[in-house]
Amino acid sequence: MSHDSHDMDMPDTVTATEASPSGSLDGDYDDAAGYYTPGTPLVDGKAPQGPIADRWQNRKFEARLVNPANRRKLSIIIVGTGLAGASAAATLGEAGYNVKTFCYQDSPRRAHSIAAQGGINAAKNYKEDGDSVHRLFYDTVKGGDYRSRESNVYRLAEVSTNIIDQCVAQGVPFAREYGGLLDNRSFGGVQVSRTFYARGQTGQQLLIGAYQALERQIAAGTVSMFTRHEMLELIVADGKARGIIARDMVTGEVQTHLADVVVLASGGYGNVFYLSTNAMGSNVTAAWRAHRKGAYMANPCYTQIHPTCIPVSGSHQSKLTLMSESLRNDGRIWVPKNQADCDKDPRDIAEEDRDYYLERIYPSFGNLVPRDIASRAAKNVCDEGRGVGPEVEGVRRGVYLDFADAIDRLGRDAVANKYGNLFDMYARITGEDPYSVPMRIYPAVHYVMGGLWVDYDLQSTIPGLFATGEANFSDHGANRLGASALMQGLADGYFVLPHTIRDYLADGPFEAIGEDHPAVVEARTSVTERIEHFLTVNGTRSVDSYHRELGNIMWEYCGMERTETGLKKAIDLIRGLRDDFYRNVKVLGTSESLNQSLEKAGRVADFFELGELMCIDALNRRESCGGHFRGESQTEDGEALRHDDEFAYVSAWEWAGLDERPVLHKEDLVYTAIEMKQRSYK
Amino acid sequence: MNLTLKIWRQPDAVSAGAMHTYQLADVSPDMSFLEMLDVLNEQLNDQGEDPIAFDSDCREGICGMCGLMINGDAHGPEVTTTCQLHMRSFSDGETITIEPWRSDAFPVVKDLVVDRGAFDRIIQAGGYVSVNTGSAPEAHSVPVPKDDADRAFNVATCIGCGACVAACPNGSASLFMGAKVTHLGLLPQGQPERDERVVNMVAQHDHEGFGGCTNIGACTAACPKEIPLDVISQLNKDLRTAIKHGH
Amino acid sequence: MKGARASRTTIALKLGMAVSGFIFLGFVLAHMYGNLKAFAGHDAFNEYAHHLRVLGEPMLPHEGALWILRLGLILSLVVHVYCAIVLWRRAARARTTKYVMKKDTGATRASLMMRWGGVTILVFLIWHLLNFTIGKVNPSGGATNDPYLLMVDTFDLWWMTLIYIVAMLALGAHLHHGIWSAAQTLGWTGTAAKRQRAKVFGFVIALIVSIGFSLVPLAVLAGIITK
Ligand SMILES: Cc1cc2nc3c(=O)[nH]c(=O)nc-3n(C[C@H](O)[C@H](O)[C@H](O)COP(=O)(O)OP(=O)(O)OC[C@H]3O[C@@H](n4cnc5c(N)ncnc54)[C@H](O)[C@@H]3O)c2cc1C
Ligand code: HEM
Ligand code: SF4
Ligand code: FES
Repeated sequence: MSHDSHDMDMPDTVTATEASPSGSLDGDYDDAAGYYTPGTPLVDGKAPQGPIADRWQNRKFEARLVNPANRRKLSIIIVGTGLAGASAAATLGEAGYNVKTFCYQDSPRRAHSIAAQGGINAAKNYKEDGDSVHRLFYDTVKGGDYRSRESNVYRLAEVSTNIIDQCVAQGVPFAREYGGLLDNRSFGGVQVSRTFYARGQTGQQLLIGAYQALERQIAAGTVSMFTRHEMLELIVADGKARGIIARDMVTGEVQTHLADVVVLASGGYGNVFYLSTNAMGSNVTAAWRAHRKGAYMANPCYTQIHPTCIPVSGSHQSKLTLMSESLRNDGRIWVPKNQADCDKDPRDIAEEDRDYYLERIYPSFGNLVPRDIASRAAKNVCDEGRGVGPEVEGVRRGVYLDFADAIDRLGRDAVANKYGNLFDMYARITGEDPYSVPMRIYPAVHYVMGGLWVDYDLQSTIPGLFATGEANFSDHGANRLGASALMQGLADGYFVLPHTIRDYLADGPFEAIGEDHPAVVEARTSVTERIEHFLTVNGTRSVDSYHRELGNIMWEYCGMERTETGLKKAIDLIRGLRDDFYRNVKVLGTSESLNQSLEKAGRVADFFELGELMCIDALNRRESCGGHFRGESQTEDGEALRHDDEFAYVSAWEWAGLDERPVLHKEDLVYTAIEMKQRSYK
Repeated sequence: MNLTLKIWRQPDAVSAGAMHTYQLADVSPDMSFLEMLDVLNEQLNDQGEDPIAFDSDCREGICGMCGLMINGDAHGPEVTTTCQLHMRSFSDGETITIEPWRSDAFPVVKDLVVDRGAFDRIIQAGGYVSVNTGSAPEAHSVPVPKDDADRAFNVATCIGCGACVAACPNGSASLFMGAKVTHLGLLPQGQPERDERVVNMVAQHDHEGFGGCTNIGACTAACPKEIPLDVISQLNKDLRTAIKHGH
Repeated sequence: MKGARASRTTIALKLGMAVSGFIFLGFVLAHMYGNLKAFAGHDAFNEYAHHLRVLGEPMLPHEGALWILRLGLILSLVVHVYCAIVLWRRAARARTTKYVMKKDTGATRASLMMRWGGVTILVFLIWHLLNFTIGKVNPSGGATNDPYLLMVDTFDLWWMTLIYIVAMLALGAHLHHGIWSAAQTLGWTGTAAKRQRAKVFGFVIALIVSIGFSLVPLAVLAGIITK
C-alpha cells in the first residue's frame, strides 16, 4: 500500500496532546460542496409513534394480514442466503408464500455469515447481571455513537431473546454450563454477559441452523433455491420492484425472475477495499443495482476496521483473516523505538528499545482501547516507518502482539488453554510459532454499517424492495457492537421482515407483468450489454489488478482516518481508474459458461461507483463518529469528536446518474428514549 | 520457489477434460495454495489463456467452498482446507498434481469446480429439526448436558466441503451424513424425528449415487475439521435402530 | 426420500455383511480349534470329526447338526457375497473417472484389500471344500476316508501348504479390518476408545486365526505331525 502522499498537514493522533485540537467547526463550511446536490429531507413514513416499548407491538398489529389461502399466489424473491436471507426465506416459506432464493455460492450454507466467530447478543439476562431489553438497546445506540434510528434498535433488542429460543429449538449447539443451561460471555467491552456463542464458530452454527430450516422448506416445495446465480439487475416496473435479472453462473444464461416483492439480503460491501475479512465473492452489486434504480444508499462511509487481523504478507495477498479481539486481554502491543530495529528478530530487541505505544499513550486503557483507536494507532506507527514484518510495496505494515509476559506470568499451558486455537490458526497462516515469536497484527476492514436506506418496515425507497442484514443500514449507526450483526441478521429475517412484508403484500398479487414489459426488457438489455462490453474490451489489465488498486486508494484515503484533501484526491483517482478500467480491462472467455473473471468484472465495476460515493459521504460528514474518523475532528487526545448539532442525521444518497452529483437526503435522528452523550475512554 | 503444476482442465460439464502442465516461478512460501493459483491465473490472463476455474469464498477454512485434490490428497498434505494450505508445505522444484473432487455425485462444472448440490439434497431429506419460526419454547426450558452439547458442537463443525467423499475409495458420503445425524441425535430437540431422519438421509445418499462405506477411514484423515469416525458408527446405529422400530 | 425403507439402504447391506461375517468368524474359530486337535494325534482328530457328525443324536438325525451348521454357513455366504457384490458395484459407479494421482492417506492396506481378499478366500474355500469335504481329493493318491490321513497327506506337499498359508494370510487381513469394521457397522464404536479397542481386538483375532490355522500344515510339513 502506498502511503507516500500522506498529508503533511494532518494532525498526528499519536502525539495528539501536542497537536492543536481541531474540533471547532465552521458551520457554513461544507467539504463536499460541489460533489453532491442537496436534496429534500427524508422522513421514515412507517416510523411508529408512542412509547418506545410499544412501537413494535403496535406496528405488528397495524400491519395488514394476508389470508393463508392467498399466500401461495404471492411470490417473493430473496437475494442472499446468509443469516438474514436464509432465516427470512425459511420463515416466509413456512408461512406459505411462494419464495425464490438466490446465492452466488454453490450452496446456501456458504454465505459469509458462516465466518462470524465471537457470538450473538440477546437480552436474556440469564446471568441476572442487570441486563434488559432497554440496556441492550441503550448499549447498541451508544455503541453506534448515536447515529442509528432509535425505534429500530429498540425492536432489535426486543426480538433478540426470541432468536435464541428459535436457534436452540433448531438444534444450534450453543456453549453450555455444567448444569446444562446456556453459557454467556461478555463481549465487545460491555459490562454484562449477554453474548451466546458456539466456541469460535457462532456464525457457522447459526447459519447452519437457518440453512437447515431453509432446506426443509425447499424439500416442502415452498422455496425454490437458485445457487450459483448472481443478481445483476433489479426490475422496477410501474414504480414497484417486481423482479431481478440473474445470471446462471454455470451456463451463463441471463434469466428474468419476476415476483410481487424483492428482498435484498446480500451482505456487506467491505470488499470495496479489496483486502478485507469478507469472503472473496462478497459484493455490492445487488445493492448497487438497486441504488441505481432508485433505492437510497445510507451512510455508505461507515466502515468498521478491526485491529487484530493477520497482516499482509505480500502483494499476492487475496484476503485478510480476523483474529479474536480477546487476544488483547493478555498480549502486549509494541513496535521498535528505532526504525533500524524493524527487521531484527523481535526477541533480540532489548526491552528499552521497544515502544509499547498503546500503554504509553493511553495509560489507563492500555492495550484494551476501543477498536478504532487501536487501529489508528497501529497505522500511525507504521506510517512513521516503525512497522514490522515483511515489506509490502516498500512499507512494513504490522505491529507485535507479544505474549512473552503472559506466558511468564500464567505459564504456557494456561495461555494455550485460552488462545490455543487462535495460536494454531496464526501459525498455520504465517508459519511462525506465536509461543516463541511475538505475533504480528494489523487492522483490516471487517464490516460496513452503511447500506441501503430502509424505513421501519425494512423497505427501501423503492416500493416493494426490502433490505435486511448487513445490506441495510438500519441498526448499528456509525459503529457496530461486537456480536450484534448476527443478532440483526436473524432478527430481520426471522422476526421483523415476515411481519412488515405482509403489510405490503396485502395489496398483492400485483398485476402480472410479462418478460416483454419495457422495464424487463430494459433491465435485461442493460445486463447483456454490460457483459458484452467486458468481454469485448480486450485490454491489457486483469480485473484483479484494478480491484487491488481501487482497494489501495480506498484504504489509504477512506480507511482508518479520512481528511478533506485525502478524500478529494481519492475521488479523482477513482474516477481516473474507473475510466481506464472500462477502456483497458481484459476479460477472457465467453459468457456461456462459468467465467470467474467476468463475474469479478461486474462486481469491481460497481465497487468503483460505490467507492466514489463513500468518499463523498465521508467528505460531507465533517465529524468523527464511530468507525468514521475525520482527521479534522478530534479531541486533544486524538479521540473522535462528534458534532451532534450538525450531523445527527442519516445521509441517504440518491443516484443521479453516472458522473452526475448524487443527491443527499438527510433523515434527522431524534432520540426520545435516550440522551446523546459524547463517548469517552478516559 | 519454482513449480511444475499439472492441472485438470475441462471447459464444461459435457466436454472431455485433460491434464495440462504449467510452470510457475517465484512462488513465495507465504502464499496460500489458492493465492498461488491466483498468480498462475494472472499469468495465464496475460498470455491470453483462459484462467483456471476453482472455487473459494471465505478463504479462512470455514465456508467449505474450496477443495482440490492435491498430489493425491484431498485438500493437500496438511489437515486443513485448501484455502488454508500454504506453499511452505511444498518444496522448490516440486511437481504438484491438481485435480477436482472425483465423484459421480459431484459432477465437474468446469476445470476444478464441481457441483456439490447432492449434499444439500441430503440435508433436505431430513437434516433439520422441524420447528417453525416463532413456535420455539423458551431456550432454558430444556437443559442439555454439557458433554452432549460439546460433542454435538464438535461434529456440527462440518463445513460440507466434500473432502470425505473425494478421499473415500468408495466415494461414500457417510462422514458428512454421520456428522449431521450425530449432531441432531445428541440433542433433545433432534429426538422426535430421529428415525425418519436417518432413513431418509441415507436413502437420499444412496439415490445420489454415493458409494457404501467400508470403514476405511480415508475420509476422516482428509477431513479439515477432523470429524471422527464415531459419527459413522452412530449413523449405522441409528439406522439399525430405525429398522428395529419398523422403518 | 420420503417413505424410504431402511432395509433397502447401503447401510442395511453392510449390516448383512457384518452379521454374516461374524457368523463366519464363529465358525472359523471353532474350525480352528478342531484343526488344532491334530496335535493330539490320529484318534483324537478323527474322534472330533466323527463327533461333529453325531452331534445332537438322537434328537437330530445323523449329520443333522452339521447340516444345520452348513445351511447357516451357506446362507451367510450367499448374504455376504451378495452384499459384497452390490456394494462393490455401487462403489465402482460412485467414481467412474479415476484420479490421475491418489493416495489413500489414513487407510490401512487390509482395508483396501477387502474385496480382492474376499475373492481370494472364496476361491480358496471352493478348493478347500473340494479337497476335504465334497470331492475328498487326496493329491498324493492315498486314502480319502480317514480325515487325519487325508490332512497329513495333503500338507506333506509343500505347494499345498503354501496355498493354504497364502489363504490364511488373506483371511487374516480380511479379519483384521473386517472385525473392527463389523463392530463399526453395528454401531458399537461410538468413541475413540471403543474404536481403538475394536481395532486391537480385530488385529489380535486375525493373528490368532491365521497363525492357528497355519500351525497344523506347517507342523505337517516340518514333520512334527506325522502319520
Ligand atoms: C470474519 C468475520 C467475523 C465476524 N464475527 C461476528 C461476530 O462474532 N458477531 C457478529 O454479530 N457479527 C460478526 N461478523 C459480522 C456478520 O458476520 C455479518 O455482518 C453478517 O453475518 C451478515 O449477514 P448477511 O446475511 O447480511 O450477509 P451474508 O452472510 O454475507 O450473506 C450474503 C448472501 O448474499 C448472497 N449474495 C450477495 N450478492 C449477491 C448477488 N449479487 N446475487 C446473488 N446472491 C448474492 C451471497 O451468496 C450470500 O448468500 C463477522 C464478520 C466477519 C467477516
Ligand atoms: C467368501 C468370500 C468372501 C468375500 C467375497 C468377502 C468379502 C467381504 C467384503 C467385500 C467385505 C466388506 C468390506 C468391509 O466392510 O470393509 C467383507 C467384510 C467382512 N467379511 Fe468377508 N468376505 C468373504 C469371506 C469372509 C469370510 C470367510 C469371513 C469370515 C471368516 C469374512 C468376514 C468378514 C467380516 C467380519 C467383514 C466385516 C463386515 C463389515 O464391514 O461390517 N468374510 N467381506
Ligand atoms: S465431514 Fe469433513 S470432509 Fe466431509 S464434508 Fe464435513 S468437513 Fe468436509
Ligand atoms: S474458501 Fe472457505 S473453506 Fe476454503
